[in-house]
Parts: sequence; structure tokens; C-alpha cells
Amino acid sequence: MHPPILLATTLRILRQLRHDRRTVALLVVVPGVLLTLLYFMFSGQPTPPGRPSTFDRIALIMLGVFPFIIMFLVTSIAMLRERTSGTLERLLTTPLGRLDLLFGYGIAFGLAAAGQAAISAAVAYLLFDLDTAGSSGLVIMIAVLDAVLGVALGLFCSAFARTEFQAVQFMPVVVIPQLLLCGLFVARDEMAGWLQAVSDVLPLSYAVEALQEVGAHPEPTGTMWRDVAVVGGAVVLALVLAAATLRRRSG
Amino acid sequence: MENAIDVRDLVVARGRRRVLHGVTCAVRRGTVTGLLGPSGSGKTTLMRAVVGVQTVTSGTVTVLGRPAGSAPLRRRLGYLTQAPSVYADLTVRENARYFAALQGQGSAEADRVVAEVGLAAAAGQLVGTLSGGQRSRASLACALIGRPELVILDEPTVGQDPVLRAELWARFHELAGAGTTLLVSSHVMDEAARCDRLLFIRDGRLIADDTPDGVRATTGVTDLEEAFLRLIRAAGSGDRGAPRDGTGPGVGGPRPDGTVA
Repeated sequence: MHPPILLATTLRILRQLRHDRRTVALLVVVPGVLLTLLYFMFSGQPTPPGRPSTFDRIALIMLGVFPFIIMFLVTSIAMLRERTSGTLERLLTTPLGRLDLLFGYGIAFGLAAAGQAAISAAVAYLLFDLDTAGSSGLVIMIAVLDAVLGVALGLFCSAFARTEFQAVQFMPVVVIPQLLLCGLFVARDEMAGWLQAVSDVLPLSYAVEALQEVGAHPEPTGTMWRDVAVVGGAVVLALVLAAATLRRRSG
Repeated sequence: MENAIDVRDLVVARGRRRVLHGVTCAVRRGTVTGLLGPSGSGKTTLMRAVVGVQTVTSGTVTVLGRPAGSAPLRRRLGYLTQAPSVYADLTVRENARYFAALQGQGSAEADRVVAEVGLAAAAGQLVGTLSGGQRSRASLACALIGRPELVILDEPTVGQDPVLRAELWARFHELAGAGTTLLVSSHVMDEAARCDRLLFIRDGRLIADDTPDGVRATTGVTDLEEAFLRLIRAAGSGDRGAPRDGTGPGVGGPRPDGTVA
């Protein structure tokens, strides 16, 4: 890796994003709108005694899930464009290293996700009185980590798509199983054993558990830190796999 | 004179199809060498092998004394891909500054190359809003950053108006005069006469490696287009069953617009 090249690449990706005002608007507005929808969906639901309200439970998880899904989609299309427009081929004839490009995407979209997560969290906490035992800062940190996981998986999956049609099809393949099995719909310890086993190898399960830990405990717990480490490991693994798909030479 | 590029017995297969069948050629330093041939003849594949992004089956490609694709070469060559490979959602200047940063160059160098391709007035414009010709010049600017010793240009003059095309060729010769080596592909035959040397490629085989005058002398005709037709026919007599009736793919029949199909 070359820090000046990594910095130039990160800034270049952020500049591209800045020129695309509509995408920026969508990144900023959509999570808040969806949280509003959730709030009114659950506003009439009774809260079980001694447990968080349904909105609190689901909104907290969604603060991590939205950035994951959105950044997965944005990244897989952005990287596919690099591959199909010829810019990737040109980049590979320059001193740029593969990791400069991958980390550039990770950092640039991670920063965008940090902004997005801060706005979504502000909406959830200030407008809809989201109640978590732990701090909102930890929630935002985990949300950004989830976004970076989405970026890393998007970088990897874009290698298997030749067109944008194919790239968006990876969303249901990669994202929806993780969403179904992460403990949002059915608690993970209530699932059949084999489903639990599948859930145990999906990184989003740990991201959701980390958020639930923040929701239930005033101080960061060991489980939360372990979950954060697992998600971080999954990010590194996905980036290594993505680097393996970026060959300087191709057929 | 020392060669900037040495290609020996280069065989390349893309998928199951063999694209280059043992090409051997050389490009001398400080020249403008034209790589000419019909669309689909293997020009882009040969250029990709020279810049080191093409998987090769066998043979060797030596660039500036090193194996093609080796890391130190990445600071010494500029590559223009056939499709303009610049970011449509950045301005011309932002593109140039990014590619300059990759070569360790500052914004002054970026501004210089933008001016050099005649886009100074459009520097603040998004590439996506440019005309096709302007877009390909924006891409060309990025290939000239840092005054590379070797510049590989895949069809740089497509879509340019005749005045600009003449200016670009004059610029290529200025660069060569200053010691830069340029390998320029084209399927437009009237550009062949503008080159110091010609490599003519057809169906993945090299059928001429000579100066324009040398080609004229060999074939006995002054028109290079006609000369190449003769070379094709001469090579075709020993061909392995390629279609020769003028209807098959890649047959170099002349068109009224001066291109070869």
C-alpha cells in the first residue's frame, strides 16, 4: 500500500459521490424515512412488560442493517463500473496497488456511512425517542462497521457480475439470508439447530447481536467486543478475497 | 538502435479462441510506430500484452528492458485504452489530477496534459457531459501524465475532427522527437502514412513490419491501403482456410471512407 495513492483514491471516490447529488440525497434521506415508517407501524403495539418496545428492538437492528444493505449495493455497482468502463484496467497499469483501491473504497464509503449513520441515529434517538441502555456512539460505531462489511462484500461480489443487472441480483443472494437469520424475525436460539449453525457463520448475525448488547447493557460488554471483532474479521476476509479477484492480468 | 518493445513468439488465447499466433516484432525507441489492422485482428490484445494486463499463453514481451507488466514499468508507461477510461462523474481536471497523483505528480502536471490535448477550456466540465471526441482526449490526457517513456495508444484519434487529428499526430511526433516511444493503433489507413514505422496485423499474425516507404517499395504501389491489400493477398495465399471471398469476418476490404473493415 502507498499512503499518498490510497489518499488520492479515497478523495477521488468521495468526489465522484459529491458530484452525484441524487445519490447523496438518497443516502441521507432514505434511512430516516424508513425509520419513520417503522415508528408508525409499531406505535399502536403494546410493549411487553420488562422488555423493550417493538420499535426500540427493531429500529436498533435497522440502524445496523440499512447501512449494510445500502453500502453493499452502492459498492458493487461502483466497482462493477470500474471493471466495465476500463478504468480498472488502466489503474492496474499504474503504480496503484490492489489494496489502495479496495481500502480506498472501504474508507470513502465508510466515511459516507458514518455521516449516514449519524443522521439516522439522530432521527431515531431525537425524533422517535429510541431507548438504548448503552450509548448512541457505540450504535453509530457498529453501524459504520456494518457499512464497511457491506462495502467489503460488495467489492468481492462485483467480481462475479458482468452487468449491473447481475450485480443487483447479488443483493438477495448475499443480504436477504443474513437478514432472515440474524435474529430479527426469530431469536437465534429458538431456530432449528442447522439454521443456527448457518446463522453462526453469517457476519450480520454478530453485527445484530452487538447492537442488541448495546441496547440491553449500559456499558459495552465482552460479547459486544467479541461480536465487533468477528465482524471486523469478516471485513478483512472479504477484502482479501476481493483482492484475489483483482488480477493485474486477465484473459 | 535499442528497442523499447521486443515481442518474441507471442501466443495469446482469449477463452478458447487463439487471438495472436506467435507474433514477433520490435518497436524502436523514439519512434511513432503504427499498429494497423482490421477490427478484431488482435491489435488491442497485443497492446494489452505490452502494458502487462493480458494473460499470455507463450512467448515473451520485453518493455524498456524488463518483462512486460513488471512493477517498475508502471511509472514509465502511459496507456490509453480503446474505450475512454476516465470517470464520467468527475470533471476533466479531477480525472487528470487523480491519475497524476497515482504517478506521484502534482496538479501542475495535470493542468499541463489537459491543455496539451486542447481541453483547457473544458477542464471544469464533467466528463459525462463531453462529446465523444472530447472524452477520448480527456482519456488521452491521463495517458500522457508524467511524460512517460513509452506511450501505448489504442485508437486515440477515433471521433476527432480532421484538424484536431492532424494536431494530435503532430504532437505525437514532437513527443517522439523528445525521445518518447509511441505505439499507436488505428484501423484508418490514411493514418499509416503518418507513422515512422508500421506493424500490420491481420487475424493475429504480423504481415508487415517496415517503414511506410519500405512497404511501398515491397509492394510496388504508393497508396498504403492498396499496399496492405497486396500484403494480405500475399499472406492469404499461404493461409489456413481463412475466408477469402470478402464476406468473412476480418477481411480487409476497403471502404469508401478510407477505413478497412
